[in-house]
Amino acid sequence: MTAYEDILRPTPKGLYCPPGDFFIDPVAPVDRAVVTHGHADHARAGHRAVLATPETLAIMAARYGANFTTTRQEAALGEVTRINGVDVLLIPAGHVLGSAQAVVEFDGKRIIASGDYKRRQDPTCAGFQVIACDVFITEATFGLPVFRHPDDRAEIAKLLRSVERFPERTHLVGAYALGKAQRVIALMREAGYDETIFIHGAMQKLCDLYTDFGVDLGPLAPATLKSERGDKQSFAGKIVVAPPSAFSDKWARRFADPVAAFASGWMRIRVRARQRGVELPLILSDHADWDELVTTIKDIQPQELWITHGREEALMRWAELNGIAARPLSLIGYEDEND
Amino acid sequence: MRAFAELLERLVYTPQRNGKIRLLTEYFGTTPDPDRGLAVAAVTRDLEIASAKPAMLRELIAERLDPVLFEYSYDYVGDLAETISLAWPSKPGANRTPALHEVVEALNEADKTAARKLIEGWLDGMDASERWALLKLITGGLRIGVSARLAKTALAAYGDVNVSEIEEIWHGLDSPYANLFAWLEGVGEKPSSNKPGLFRPVMLAHPVDEETPPDFSPDTHAAEWKWDGVRVQAVSENGVRRLYSRTGDDIAAAFPDILAAMDFDAVIDGELLIFHPERQTDGETFPVRPFSDLQKRLNRKTVSKKLLASNPAFIRAYDLLSHDGEDLRAEPFADRRLRLEALFASRKFDRFDLSPLVAFETAGDLATLRAAPPDDAIEGVMIKRLAAPYVPGRPTGEWWKWKRDPFLVDAVLMYAQRGHGKRSSFYSDFTFGVWTDDGGLAPVGKAYFGFSDEELKELDRFVRNHTKDRFGPVRQVQADREVGLVLEIAFEGLNRSPRHKSGVAMRFPRIHRIRWDKPSAEADTLATLKDMLPSDGGVS
Repeated sequence: MTAYEDILRPTPKGLYCPPGDFFIDPVAPVDRAVVTHGHADHARAGHRAVLATPETLAIMAARYGANFTTTRQEAALGEVTRINGVDVLLIPAGHVLGSAQAVVEFDGKRIIASGDYKRRQDPTCAGFQVIACDVFITEATFGLPVFRHPDDRAEIAKLLRSVERFPERTHLVGAYALGKAQRVIALMREAGYDETIFIHGAMQKLCDLYTDFGVDLGPLAPATLKSERGDKQSFAGKIVVAPPSAFSDKWARRFADPVAAFASGWMRIRVRARQRGVELPLILSDHADWDELVTTIKDIQPQELWITHGREEALMRWAELNGIAARPLSLIGYEDEND
Repeated sequence: MRAFAELLERLVYTPQRNGKIRLLTEYFGTTPDPDRGLAVAAVTRDLEIASAKPAMLRELIAERLDPVLFEYSYDYVGDLAETISLAWPSKPGANRTPALHEVVEALNEADKTAARKLIEGWLDGMDASERWALLKLITGGLRIGVSARLAKTALAAYGDVNVSEIEEIWHGLDSPYANLFAWLEGVGEKPSSNKPGLFRPVMLAHPVDEETPPDFSPDTHAAEWKWDGVRVQAVSENGVRRLYSRTGDDIAAAFPDILAAMDFDAVIDGELLIFHPERQTDGETFPVRPFSDLQKRLNRKTVSKKLLASNPAFIRAYDLLSHDGEDLRAEPFADRRLRLEALFASRKFDRFDLSPLVAFETAGDLATLRAAPPDDAIEGVMIKRLAAPYVPGRPTGEWWKWKRDPFLVDAVLMYAQRGHGKRSSFYSDFTFGVWTDDGGLAPVGKAYFGFSDEELKELDRFVRNHTKDRFGPVRQVQADREVGLVLEIAFEGLNRSPRHKSGVAMRFPRIHRIRWDKPSAEADTLATLKDMLPSDGGVS
């Protein structure tokens, strides 16, 4: 009998599969990595070989340059790859473009490392797929019952209403460059906003990449002081999407009396929004909220639940109350602040 | 409740005053009576609503959520109402959300058991934001950064009237203010201001322009000291006694000693001060104590016997707005002053005295007087045109204040925090310190104005180039004896403060000058600063 720990186990470099001799989302350079999605804390440069979806490989190349790894191995969603006798299947995680859960099968046992995920519909990526398994490895970024993300469309409506209400001000929307920014833009398009959306330079490459993969983001333009024709732009009444770090940057000074909006699951907590000086919090997350975490575990009904990072103590408690065997993996190197 | 919750949400996140006013006027325009009036009352804390105890709310959530999970959540969020509002499991098919007035009326009629059931049912039917608004409302913790004054300003903006008109009638109005809204919308009479005990909007002074002081002369002007307390209005009419702040808030509850002494029929404009009971002499009935001793009595709902005895209050009268039912506000200052002096000559008052006039010949005399006043509790001189009627607001050419020079100290910049709104990309809130005996810096205050836009850019650059550490929006900057930025800080006064590590607290600190030239090691010491404390500061 092979124990689950003989198939996947936590190590300082990340989750390791001894029979397959590969790591999932390693935080340090390794010979062979399976990468669930393109966020920097999961997808790092410098591995000798990387197996990931074509989208994730493209994102890594866009961020780190074409030489981010020696050998790229594409595995489309739904495709099984055999690594040293271990089957690895990538299925959608619903987190960002190209994000996947890694389904690892060996000796008749199945473990799913879900990476980061969410359950709600997202116009920029494939929806989370439920597959039964023995061990389900979950994140717990928003693993507290206070985190219940509201309806995305209502949050976007809040933004668009504010733009109408303050036509003389620039709406500066903070959103992480990979995933959140494109989702916010796509949601605005779904809501019928068809004006040009201005983007910070740091987002250009990734927005182009999303468009290349068929995600329609509508008309975008750089948020530079001068338009392409050379006129000075005022941005009054416009929406500008930028990484949150740009808010405290001198870059932000070009805008007329900006309304600081921030799209993040953390915006649920008022003090956190106010600490950041956010005027218009948009509760939009690419991670599962409490209800989604709990529903997912109930849907999958694993023999064991392993919890990677976030507020694992609350999810552990829930598992205990619901008679599910659970353990924290205490993996280090994953940032749960970025959402 | 939906609209009210949305209003609170937006107010919480809107730092700018004008933005808040706009949100409020929009709400007034789109919300029917009585809800909009109840919302005003909630903000001005005039709303009468049966409150709920936190213990009861904890019981309710405990029936729905594992206590361990609740504690993890509460630890993380740190606010009971917010934790419950977020963690409350939604119940599909629950009743519709009630309107604000339905909540208020139902709760005021319910007994404890019924109230609990009502709250439970409402929480089930609401979304997180409405739950939060409801819980804030019934736990009395509506801290949303809107003062009563701001609410009145928004009402004035809504009806396009002067805020002093609202202040004048305010205390004769009752929640939910339907008659007020009718008047503001031009479909009703202005609510009457004939009720006894109403507030009279106050008259304020302009600062004297030091470069070109007006042509003050004893033939046309009177001068008196500007006492360092709180400007108040004592109203006693037909047996109704009120004590108002200068913005029309009734602060009587904290000053029963003053109220008990108001055995007259008059409206007196004066300065609220604290005196030394043990230093009273025939020549000086009320020896004035520092502002910090008055601060201990402000912003209280009740006051202990001990504090009443240790920090007794009195009012130094400046002006008489009404006497025995006769409105004197249209009379010239000279006549009002004669009436005021006559009143004080006619009888003895327990907690009132007359602010003396100050003799002068020329504007130069006044400049000298305000620079070196005879009492620590004087912050300058007031100059009033003899012919001036009492006009609400800040009319030009009638009253002036000429303050003594501020205190100055050279301090070292220690921390900087990013501002809000237009300043959100600038480090614009500066914490500064002075040297202590052990060679370290003790933070003594925080300033966020007193510099030009150009200087702000330079300060911001200094902060970014000298950051030692970051804590969220705050940066610690290099500040040692070799490198550090010296700020000349101006402030109005200094109090002893056990709550501050340095033991002192500045009043109204601002950046007077940026001393790019001065080596940090030559900044002032805490001992120098403490020498500026009033001689008897901190007696309590």
